[in-house]
Amino acid sequence: MSDAALPGARVALVGNPNSGKTALFNALTGARQKVANYAGVTVERKEGQVTSATGRSISILDLPGTYSLRARSPDEVVTRDAVLGKLAGEQAPDVIVCVADATNLRLVLRLLLELKAVGRPMVLALNMYDIAQRQGLRIDLEGLARDIGCPIVTTVATRKRGIDELVAQVDERIRAGALSGGNTWREPNAGEIRDAHREAQRILKAHVRPPERPDTFTGKVDSVLLHPVAGLAILLAVLFLMFQAVFTWAAPAMDGINAAFAWLGGAVGQLLPDGLLKSFIADGLISGVGSVLVFLPQILTLFFFIILLEDFGYMARAAFLMDRIMGGAGLHGRAFIPLLSSFACAIPGIMATRVIDNKRDRLTTILVAPLMTCSARIPVYTLIIGAFIPHRTVAGVLSLPGLVMFALYAAGIASALGVSFLTRTFFWRGAAEPFLMELPTYKLPDPANVARNLFLRGKIFITRAGTIIFPLMIAVWFLSSFPGAPAGATDPAINYSIAGRVGLFIQPVFAPIGFNWQMVVALIPGFAAREVAVAALGTVYAIGASDAAQATLGSTLAAHWSIATGLSFLAWYVFAPQCASTLGVVKRETNSWLWPGVMLVYMTGLAYLAAFVTYQAAAAAGLG
Amino acid sequence: MHDMIAEPLSDTSIATAVDGRVVRLSAARPGDAGTIVDVRASTKAGDHGVDAHELHRRLLEFGFVEGARIAVLHEGAIRRDPIAVRLDDMRVALRRRDAEDVWVRLDPLASARA
Ligand SMILES: Nc1nc2c(ncn2[C@@H]2O[C@H](COP(=O)(O)OP(=O)(O)OP(=O)(O)O)[C@@H](O)[C@H]2O)c(=O)[nH]1
Ligand SMILES: [Mg+2]
Repeated sequence: MSDAALPGARVALVGNPNSGKTALFNALTGARQKVANYAGVTVERKEGQVTSATGRSISILDLPGTYSLRARSPDEVVTRDAVLGKLAGEQAPDVIVCVADATNLRLVLRLLLELKAVGRPMVLALNMYDIAQRQGLRIDLEGLARDIGCPIVTTVATRKRGIDELVAQVDERIRAGALSGGNTWREPNAGEIRDAHREAQRILKAHVRPPERPDTFTGKVDSVLLHPVAGLAILLAVLFLMFQAVFTWAAPAMDGINAAFAWLGGAVGQLLPDGLLKSFIADGLISGVGSVLVFLPQILTLFFFIILLEDFGYMARAAFLMDRIMGGAGLHGRAFIPLLSSFACAIPGIMATRVIDNKRDRLTTILVAPLMTCSARIPVYTLIIGAFIPHRTVAGVLSLPGLVMFALYAAGIASALGVSFLTRTFFWRGAAEPFLMELPTYKLPDPANVARNLFLRGKIFITRAGTIIFPLMIAVWFLSSFPGAPAGATDPAINYSIAGRVGLFIQPVFAPIGFNWQMVVALIPGFAAREVAVAALGTVYAIGASDAAQATLGSTLAAHWSIATGLSFLAWYVFAPQCASTLGVVKRETNSWLWPGVMLVYMTGLAYLAAFVTYQAAAAAGLG
Repeated sequence: MHDMIAEPLSDTSIATAVDGRVVRLSAARPGDAGTIVDVRASTKAGDHGVDAHELHRRLLEFGFVEGARIAVLHEGAIRRDPIAVRLDDMRVALRRRDAEDVWVRLDPLASARA
């Protein structure tokens, strides 16, 4: 910062979707924004800083990808407004860095011609230059730069190559200053788009020779993965393998974590004298937080699969294969990736619906996204399945718990399709919007990137356990311990505590679906985060236990609940809107409290209904 | 430009299209390849949730322009929809009903194959 005289500057990264803008942003600023091999990963603006060699501090803006400034969907509006300086309290960027996939230049050249009308100095970053070179693509950089009238830097964002040169070029453009003309951009009409294409084509012909070794890998893989029959079979097999793996691969690591926490609880029990402190640490913290942390291996397994599929380029293929089925349920083709992201968590899933242009299509997708089984449901499902479903092998290779897990995921998907179908049939008729989607070339996932993303997911999970679950567990422990039992009480002390009283008071409402008061107590903090319900059950049962026996939570539940109750709890969790932050995001994205309200009511209704039917049917079958 | 294009073929006759015939992209089958000769804005409004001119511009922005090379690669299992095409250097998936206004002159080779 010796050179305080240099004024700061703002730079926006603009380009077609999937051209590597975010990878470049991460390389420039050291950020860790999500990078994946499909169009529409970035849906918000993100800002970061870099300091040039001359000491200028430059603020970099990563933007959603677009094919034109004529924004049609909410994510493209973000880009247009940022480029034109229409955002509140923000000026147009000082320099635009147009990021291009060097192997696919035609569309981005047209976009670049459109960007020129904005009148800002520009730099063209020819990204993915490694692939271009591998393919033997010949680009006459000097001629091209002269023709388009702005400097070109070749970059390999994922290998951090060309970054310094890019910053230097940007710095140079800022220094030269004054170059920016007035903004003459307006929506081009069809004729002007054609003209720009013709010009882009001419430029391409003049300076780019087609690749000597074009990519044939993508075509070969697609002929299998997009095959009408084999492709669908593979998609199902991949999803199935994913859920089996979540159940079976993670088991040894989970056993290890369980054992570690049991040991820790035992050690604390030995060290501390009986009393409140021991109860707080052993029952409140170790039983509560431990019962959530144990699911880390499963979360990581699930994300391992999702990250691999995203990096490989499979997501857009899966969307292609599912398009008709989703269309039949009235969902837009672009709804697939948001819904698939919701398997991880509904919040990024709901954010990702910004790629859908039509308001009703988008709203339908937002409303059904929380029905997809998010990773926070895994602890609940695993716990209950582990307690009530025997560990048998079916048909030689499939584990029965894995099958039940798959069925729960399937129930979530089926209900999402069903709800969307009903919405489209009864509330919003009308044809779906046009659906055009780029199918990216396959890329072999980079192990370092996969490891980094996994680490990030693990960190998020543990941070959640520390920041949301931990304080809630303290509250649950407190409410379950105070006030203590009056003298001469015959019932367990916890029945006299605040939590016990509240649970016992509300329980009759849940009696028809077979919930006991402990479950009702667990549902309340579970509204903040689903996995807290598991932790709360851990604490409530640990405090309520008469002896200090170190039973696992699963076996405690198996002893206290009927099978019908266990199944009813599962059914409840398929539908229950048990996460306040999801409702918050829906409020933010729809700008109204109406839709979170609708969501809360319809999902709670479905949950109660499903649990009721499940419980009554199971009880009638003699499992009550 | 419109007058130089042959009369639209009925959808069923596509498989037997002969040398250099012009077909709607919505009726093309995997293996068909050719050059886009016309992109129109003629579909009745309301069919797509957006008007014909909007669909027209979106197609153009995506690279469906006169002169672009196009080949149909794959089609979906249900009612052969959607389709995956190779459009110059990129691969694009789209629904057949959105491809109605893209007219393709099939290569002689691709036509002969049928
Ligand atoms: N080989 C190679 N791959 C790259 C390079 N830059 C990015 N990628 C990959 O290209 C894909 C897309 O990268 P992103 O940074 O997510 O692209 P984006 O432009 O931000 O995409 P949107 O946010 O969807 O608009 C990812 O799979 C990256 O790993 C590069 O220079 N070389
Ligand atoms: Mg991005």
